[in-house]
Amino acid sequence: MIDLIESVFIRNSLVVAFAVIGVTLWFSYLLADKLTAGRVHGSAIAIALGLLAAYWGGTVTGGTKGVADITLLGGIGLMGGGMLRDFAIVSTAFGVRLSELKKAGLAGVVSIIAGVVVSFVVGAGVAIAFGYTDPIAITTIGAGAVTYIVGPVTGEAIGASGEMITLSVAAGLVKSILVMIGTPLVARSIGLDNPQSAMVFGGLMGTTSGVAAGLAATDPKLVPYGAMTATFYTGVGCLLGPSVLFFGVSLFF
Amino acid sequence: MLIYGVALLATCLVIGMLVGQALGAALGIDANVGGVGIAMLLLVIASNSARFKDLSSGAAAQGIQFWSAMYIPIVVAMAAQQNVAAAASGGLLALVAGVAAVVVSFLLVPVISKIGRPKTKTQQSGEAP
Repeated sequence: MIDLIESVFIRNSLVVAFAVIGVTLWFSYLLADKLTAGRVHGSAIAIALGLLAAYWGGTVTGGTKGVADITLLGGIGLMGGGMLRDFAIVSTAFGVRLSELKKAGLAGVVSIIAGVVVSFVVGAGVAIAFGYTDPIAITTIGAGAVTYIVGPVTGEAIGASGEMITLSVAAGLVKSILVMIGTPLVARSIGLDNPQSAMVFGGLMGTTSGVAAGLAATDPKLVPYGAMTATFYTGVGCLLGPSVLFFGVSLFF
Repeated sequence: MLIYGVALLATCLVIGMLVGQALGAALGIDANVGGVGIAMLLLVIASNSARFKDLSSGAAAQGIQFWSAMYIPIVVAMAAQQNVAAAASGGLLALVAGVAAVVVSFLLVPVISKIGRPKTKTQQSGEAP
């Protein structure tokens, strides 16, 4: 009996994921409606539930892919993986007007570079405050605060230890998760309510998953603008991390 | 045909990814530089141009809108497969570095949003193209 269920679930993993995520969203919107009277976005609750489930999945299986490491729910890995995520992000650009993008063009570009440098400096500063004096360690942790991809890319390029790289990935994950949860909470106070500030937001935060989920839980109309700049961020980070930023740190240590 | 819109969307993403990967290779890094952003620009341009009207209106538009509506469910699935356990076990340093980077970046949003946005009337006339 269990074998039968398992084989059906595994063979139809993506379809199972559609059903499970659908039920999760239905439940989240119900909670948002009944418990918070619509004050908290249903999608924000769904994302929080997803993260909780991911934590549970990670501790139960010891894997790195959250709930997707649970055999019966493997399809969630495909549904929320890079390919379909990027496909859905691009589709949100349908209906965006070119003029809106041009208006925020300069601020968008500035925000990407400022975002990478500021996150790096803050991360490196925290590493120094924790007593690190090795430029390779400081740079790797700083790069981790940029995103959890820039951290290991930079660390491997400059020869950081595995332990440092793990730390940098953890810092990047904290950032990404905090952006997912925190964005709807602070959106109003940082003026995140129009396409221009959404582009700046995407460029400053940079974590594609964080921005994608954070804006979805704030106002889905802002998603394409934030996602557009955020997707350049990791590339710029990988470019600056092992080069300019590492040299910068090396000047002081 | 609905598939025309889906195909247009897919083509934009593939081209964007190719350009992003080539851009990364040209810069000497093993990362995709803005592939998704470039794909989005292509879709914006295509859906605003008369030449691609058959691929981005009517039934074809529904093919794109379907994926757009699937965005939030896909993001929930994405959240469900984050390595939250690793983030939670990264220790105090990882936690402080991640939180500090987010807080400072949040604070900069209103500051940088002001760039290029005409605040007063005189600036507006000065910046008009």
